Amino acid sequence: MKTNDVILQTATKVVFFIIFLFSVHIFFVGHYAPGGGFVGGLLTTGAIVLLLLAFDLKTIQQILPFNFTIVTAIGLVLALSTAGASIFFNVPFFTHAYDDFNLPLFGKTSLHTAMFFDSGVYLVVVGSAITIIQSIGGDD
Amino acid sequence: MEFVLLIFLPVIFALFVPLAYKRIKGIHTGWFVLLVPLVLFGYYAGFLPLVMDGGHAISELQWIPSLGIVFTSYIDGLSLLFTLLITGIGSLVVLYSVFYMDSKKENLGSFYVYLLIFMTAMLGVVQSDNTMTLYLFWELTSISSFLLIGFWYTKDKSRFGALKSMMITVFGGLMMLGGFILLNIMGGTFSIRELIAQAPELANQPYFMLALVLILLGAFTKSAQFPFYIWLPDAMEAPTPVSAYLHSATMVKAGIYLVARFTPIFGSSSVWIWLVTGIGLLTLFWGSFFAVKQTDLKAILAFSTVSQLGLIMSLLGAGAISYHTTAAIFSFATYAAIFHLINHATFKGGLFMIAGIIDHETGTRDIRKLGGLMSIMPISFTVALIGSLSMAGLPPFNGFLSKEMFLESMAALQHFELYNFDTWGILFPIVAWIASVFTFTYSLYFVLKTFIGQKKFEQLPKQPHEAPIGMLAAPMILASLVIIIFFIPNLVGKWIIKPAVMAVQPTLYASPSAVDIHVKAWHGFGSVGLWLTVGVIVFGTLLYLTIPKWQPFYRIQPDRLSLNAGYDALMRGSERGMNRVSRLYMTGKIRTYLLYMFAFLSVSIIAVLFIKDAFIVDMNSFAAITLYGVLNGLVLLLSVGFVVFAKSRLAAIIALGGVGYSVALFFVIFKAPDLALTQLVIETVSVALFLLAFKHLPALQTHGETASHKVVNLIVSLSVGVMVTLVALSSHSQKLIPSISQYYKDTVATEAGGGNIVNVILVDYRGFDTLFEIAVLAIAGIAVLGMIRLRVSRKEPTDENK
Repeated sequence: MKTNDVILQTATKVVFFIIFLFSVHIFFVGHYAPGGGFVGGLLTTGAIVLLLLAFDLKTIQQILPFNFTIVTAIGLVLALSTAGASIFFNVPFFTHAYDDFNLPLFGKTSLHTAMFFDSGVYLVVVGSAITIIQSIGGDD
Repeated sequence: MEFVLLIFLPVIFALFVPLAYKRIKGIHTGWFVLLVPLVLFGYYAGFLPLVMDGGHAISELQWIPSLGIVFTSYIDGLSLLFTLLITGIGSLVVLYSVFYMDSKKENLGSFYVYLLIFMTAMLGVVQSDNTMTLYLFWELTSISSFLLIGFWYTKDKSRFGALKSMMITVFGGLMMLGGFILLNIMGGTFSIRELIAQAPELANQPYFMLALVLILLGAFTKSAQFPFYIWLPDAMEAPTPVSAYLHSATMVKAGIYLVARFTPIFGSSSVWIWLVTGIGLLTLFWGSFFAVKQTDLKAILAFSTVSQLGLIMSLLGAGAISYHTTAAIFSFATYAAIFHLINHATFKGGLFMIAGIIDHETGTRDIRKLGGLMSIMPISFTVALIGSLSMAGLPPFNGFLSKEMFLESMAALQHFELYNFDTWGILFPIVAWIASVFTFTYSLYFVLKTFIGQKKFEQLPKQPHEAPIGMLAAPMILASLVIIIFFIPNLVGKWIIKPAVMAVQPTLYASPSAVDIHVKAWHGFGSVGLWLTVGVIVFGTLLYLTIPKWQPFYRIQPDRLSLNAGYDALMRGSERGMNRVSRLYMTGKIRTYLLYMFAFLSVSIIAVLFIKDAFIVDMNSFAAITLYGVLNGLVLLLSVGFVVFAKSRLAAIIALGGVGYSVALFFVIFKAPDLALTQLVIETVSVALFLLAFKHLPALQTHGETASHKVVNLIVSLSVGVMVTLVALSSHSQKLIPSISQYYKDTVATEAGGGNIVNVILVDYRGFDTLFEIAVLAIAGIAVLGMIRLRVSRKEPTDENK
């Protein structure tokens, strides 16, 4: 007998986006308030795990057609190149740069290269956590 | 020319030997090799006039100048004597081996390479003035001897003998290295000459006695003294040229050389005199007594070598007495030692070669199967007779002269009035005389049982016939030397022995001609030596004639009480004992190893805390206790208790989640929002993972743990808990330097443009750590993927034997 979990699936469709947006929020506020790449990544993972619980692995594979191992690799490259880029500007390895910019639409915004590094962290966390869950869950 | 390079001539030549062996099939490789010792002998003989005048030559090659380690070639009387023995007998042995070793059946390439390595090593030992290079060459002789004994490596006995000699001589070599290092600590130099120059000061140093004993251990193991002689009879599995060269004439005399070389340093010590003389005499007696028991020709010769080496050793010990008394007889002893060393090399080399010839021509070395070969092998018989009678100490052979000097020196020992020699000294001549009687007996036994008596040719594996002249040439040369030396002992003395005596006792003589000794064959009827020799001949002949009656008594000694059995038991016992010990603690169970680690950690750290009196609790450093803290702590304790006592895995996982969430609550209470967030999410994800993997996990099971295991586990885990608590309390109570956190607070906005200190530390101040933490995370992800996807072993069992 096939279980009918329409409530769970419907709820997931709504809740997933709430969690995902919250994780994006927590990622961006990281520099000023609690949060950051690590927690953001984990929350995103949590959202995807919820999807996995509500649907099945193959459906998720179709919804999110990424190879998460490659996501991990992109994250590592991003983090490393942020750290390494500073040596081209004749400053020590891992020196960040930041300043305020007047952007259209956003107005006066503070931009910081630490954000690139944190995105790397985010991608690695999401990539490897999903890799682990997928490979354990997909194993028979 | 830097003649130090000549030491390396044989080993460099050895590089080309395999080439000659492979390319030139028609000519026996030995003929090329023969060039090396001949050239060296000729070259070194050129030093004779210089050394005879009391001079020396020295040539150096820097090796490690910063440590004072240098290759030296120091030619004085003693090293020249040994050098000439090595190269001279080396030439004869190579000549002999050309006829002995079959170029079609034997791997001559390896044989001559090993032999040449040995020659370099031996030249290095006797010419080195630097103790470190002396040690280097010393071990090289052990290694090349190992290779040569195991030359026929398909035979079990060869491998056993090679291993045994290696074990014993390397043991001694390492002891000797210790002695050399102690000498270097005391004297501040590796140079033997400089050490000799400061000998009087060295004698008062604290390590002096230890260095003495260690160096003697090296010498005794190499020179097969009691109780280390046991490797020598087993080394007889080597090809006969090797036995003749290494195990009679040269390598076993390295220990003698060492004792002689270090006599100026240690000779003034009573321990040295007692040990060298006593062990030498004991070895002399032991070797000669057990030689008659042997039935293998080479074994008889091996025991006789052991015994003769003991004789030389005891004479060197007696020679050291001349540091204490002016009686001429004791410098006489050193002269006798050197003289007998030369004589022994000549007659024993010849005898070994004859034993090899008999083996080669009859197919056996068992003395019980041999007999009556005199008429068939007349030349071999003559050479063997000359050698044996010289070994027995009969005129007109050189052994007579040195044996008589030996007996006189030993007789004189009882008049030495120091170190208890006046009470015990009388034992020395008695033991020496009895040993000489046995020496006489086994010499007759060796030659007469083989060549005279019943002809038992039908029992022999081969039809016996006389050896080719080429094979006989080397023993004939040695035998003629035996006779020549008897007639011109003083010429040999003047050219070779006196400079050597001067080198052994440099403080006593200004020049070799000052050694006031004139060897005579005839001392008149008043001489002690004459009557002792007459006694030796009479009793020795009696003993020989009655051998069948008393030889069976040797069987009284049970095999398991012999020294060989002791060695075997030591080897087997240490192997088994080590096995047993390591099986005792290497259980192969991870929990045992964890117990060791945790027990060691807790015990050592608690001990350090109390020894250093470092356990301090400062109540003022603690924060105020809050209600929330207490409540949350209780929840945490409860969950931990659940984890420990849970009967099912599911309960344990859930309780673990409880632990994680209460820890997150603690982070909230202690105002760490980032940590609390992360901890909450991590805990959720990891519990989810646990549950995902849950269906694959086996049921909780005990691994044969008994109640006592649990008690031990409890004690260890309690002590680890106590240890961590104590360390945490004391380190919290004693903060030596202020925290760095104030800097972060001050600069987080100005330097890093951020507001969340934790996040700024993670990505900016100490982003390096984060970089590698995400690398760890990535590796973990890929590792899980790899472990699950690539399970080759589960699908098809790998078998490496396929």
